[in-house]
Amino acid sequence: MEPFTHPRHGKYDVIGTRPIRHDGEDKVTGRAQYGADIHFPDQLHGYVLRSPHAHARILSIDTRKAEAMPGVKAIVTSKDLPRLPDKIIESGEGVENQKYMSDRILASDKALFKGHPIAAVAATDPWTAEEAANAIEVQYEVLEAVTDPVEALREGAPLLFDRITTTTLGQKEVKATNVCLHTRHQRGDLAAGFAEADEVFEREFKTATVHQGYIEPQNATALARSDGHITVWTSTQGAFPARDQIATVLKKDLSKIRVIPMEIGGGFGGKIPIYLEPVAVLLSEKTGHPVKLVMSRADVFQTTGPASATAAKIKLGFKKDGTLVAADVWMAYEAGAFPGNWGATGAMCVLAPYRLPNLQIDVLDVLTNTPKVAAYRAPSSPQALWGVESVMDEAALKLGMDPIDLRLKNAAVEGDQRPDGYTWPRIGLVETLQAAKASEHYRSPPPNKPNQARGVAVGYWHNAGLQSSATVAINMDGTASVVTGSVDIGGSRASMAIMAAETLGLKAEEVRPLVADTDSIGHTDVTGGSRTTFATGYAVYLAAQDAVEQMKHRVAKLWDCKPDDIAFEGGAFRSKQNGHEPMTVRKLAPQLPRTGGPVQGQASILPKGVGAGFGCHIADIEVDSETGKVTILRYTAVQDVGTAIHPAYVEGQISGGATQGIGWALNEEYVHSDKGEMLNAGFLDYRMPTALDVPNIDTILVEVPNPGHPYGVRGVGETPIVPPMGAMHNAIARAIGVRVRELPMSPPRVQAALAHQPAKPIPA
Amino acid sequence: MSNGTKRIITATINGNETTMAIDNRMSLLQALRDVAGMTGTKEGCLTGDCGACSVILNGRVVDSCLVMAAEADGAQLETVEGMARGQELHPLQTQFLEHAALQCGICTPGFLVAAKALLDRNPNPTEEEIRYWLAGNLCRCTGYRTIIEAVQDAAAELKTSAR
Repeated sequence: MEPFTHPRHGKYDVIGTRPIRHDGEDKVTGRAQYGADIHFPDQLHGYVLRSPHAHARILSIDTRKAEAMPGVKAIVTSKDLPRLPDKIIESGEGVENQKYMSDRILASDKALFKGHPIAAVAATDPWTAEEAANAIEVQYEVLEAVTDPVEALREGAPLLFDRITTTTLGQKEVKATNVCLHTRHQRGDLAAGFAEADEVFEREFKTATVHQGYIEPQNATALARSDGHITVWTSTQGAFPARDQIATVLKKDLSKIRVIPMEIGGGFGGKIPIYLEPVAVLLSEKTGHPVKLVMSRADVFQTTGPASATAAKIKLGFKKDGTLVAADVWMAYEAGAFPGNWGATGAMCVLAPYRLPNLQIDVLDVLTNTPKVAAYRAPSSPQALWGVESVMDEAALKLGMDPIDLRLKNAAVEGDQRPDGYTWPRIGLVETLQAAKASEHYRSPPPNKPNQARGVAVGYWHNAGLQSSATVAINMDGTASVVTGSVDIGGSRASMAIMAAETLGLKAEEVRPLVADTDSIGHTDVTGGSRTTFATGYAVYLAAQDAVEQMKHRVAKLWDCKPDDIAFEGGAFRSKQNGHEPMTVRKLAPQLPRTGGPVQGQASILPKGVGAGFGCHIADIEVDSETGKVTILRYTAVQDVGTAIHPAYVEGQISGGATQGIGWALNEEYVHSDKGEMLNAGFLDYRMPTALDVPNIDTILVEVPNPGHPYGVRGVGETPIVPPMGAMHNAIARAIGVRVRELPMSPPRVQAALAHQPAKPIPA
Repeated sequence: MSNGTKRIITATINGNETTMAIDNRMSLLQALRDVAGMTGTKEGCLTGDCGACSVILNGRVVDSCLVMAAEADGAQLETVEGMARGQELHPLQTQFLEHAALQCGICTPGFLVAAKALLDRNPNPTEEEIRYWLAGNLCRCTGYRTIIEAVQDAAAELKTSAR
């Protein structure tokens, strides 16, 4: 595909406007149907019995008492699941081993984390289901648990699996270990690079486990019919990937399963894996009734999501003029209870913003007795980059450079290589840094009362392509209907309508966007990876173009000329011979039936040309020297978004992502007991930002169009969660003179840092 | 049904007298959603920490997950389903749409109901008052700015309208 040149960038008719989202009224009136809103008159209520132990061998499960209880209709355990091979398959945004997928849904021989599903009950009401589940007698042999990835690395640490050995660069080791993957990237000559450096910094960092924190708990309702056809209503980021996973775990044909994606109450990556769906199907197969399962908030915290806790050692070498000459990075990522590869993703991100001649990156994915980690908004990038950004800030202070100038000096540009060898196409890091530097916020003096300061940091996410399908049907009145397989988490229906409208010369309101189920459109991957507006938007564009090409033939019939003699420009078909008045879609549409019938464009794609996203955040903060509480005085997020299709939802993604990053930086963490139990599995003790905790976040949209997309879209949603940890950390360091190298920088931790080292501001 | 006893309660929901056969163990949230079939009120935590289930009970905003359904017998209830008047959306609803103050939308009914309770008693809230009032409602998508601005503009609109 030739790169797109975007001659109309900044001059579009519909792109860049802010229409009311098409699904808006349903969502402000309570009519929108989310997963838990589904109800069938004959439905049964399911309840999942979960392991009270973080690590235990399951010796026996006795369901007899529970089965005898009135109102109990079915009980399932892992014995009801087909045995699956030890085989890796693609799943959502990552890869997963089939056997482990099955064991994650219902434990077979071992419970590997507190909350690991053991059995499930379907009953006539939720109370009976819960009582019956608690009447199931399970005998455990409790084992020592390990929840911290660094602890899990130690010699003699409890092993989750007897048969897992480390794979390093494709080579298997012999000894059983908790390290399930070792990723390494190397370039140049590390020793020579550091020898050349004038300043070398070597620092250690830690981050805690955090959760995506979507407000809607996981839910699933399934109906298994006697003819073998199954319908699943669920809250998922991808109906098709959910169907793939359900079919894999239950060993069924895809065509036997229809997944109907309900409205989704947030996901942030955490609603890519399935949890309850196969259980609901098994219970429905046994009872013949629809079975509904909804997680409690404690279940959500203890058994879904989270994002990896990490430990890092970061060593960077600089020349006196600020040039980065060498980097040595070691990191360990919590994988949770089953092997995964999110650490490998962190290895792609950790030094991505900077040009580096000499580097080595080693990242371990480490098994722990915690739920298997899932994607969380720019998965693995925040944990990787904030430490680098801390060292960049230290270096800027030591070298007497402006922190943005230091980053500009080393910023990657088109043609440079990411540490894993990927060559950058056109990216907008430099433009983003320049916009941050030119911003009113950055040009204004930093706050200068005691314990106040400003911090900046950069963030990166590569964004994703993956598969998408779309149809665009032209209605006889000249409006259009757009159908895609991408669930709408944050306004994507409006973006799809805008891109179709732009392509067809219509208004956004003249396009009706619809999210289809798995029986109604071609395969479409998850709403995740910041890919929906890029990839599904691209499919919508191509489907609209397909409709335009078909309509050219109709106009050619009416004008008695060749389709090639007709151009579609400025929202109208025009004769290249100038013999006819231009004809809009609206004018042509009523004539479709008598020129050959209806017109529907379609496209199914796997697009290349993904455009990476870079952001730079500026935070002004004040530290309360008594309590250690950090107050944000002002916050600005700058990001290269490629092209903002619906700027209000682009800004919303950026300020929402920044807010999650602020929560991660300052407050959010899993607190574990020494037995591996999460002690704060609720919103009261797992403190997410409220309206009182964040100021009005200003956003600055930089638009360096992506040559890989017809309208220059890069993808927006994930990058903004990456810079806040570094920006907050750097601001705190400059305010109090101490670097808090562990997340979250919660009041007790900041207070402790203050107590150990009296406040002495670093000169800015 | 084990150990459950039922009772009949009558509450005025959005101006309509509604009789419900409830299980004694039910929360008001469950009664609204599972008995009355009004699923606009959302469940986020069942511990009163997220505000997604906010309703107005006898003029006060409450987390309906923390109220027993039996307690609502004889009560006046307002939910998100009652905010629009016929085809006319409440200014809060309109302003949430204008400001793009929702992304996934699951917290939106709770924010709308809580904000309505605020404006019912304080038509001129400051930004700080709005932030304090809404601190019991969690939104994980927006970062709150658009929500605060929508409430401010709705307050201004309500002052000039006859509503």
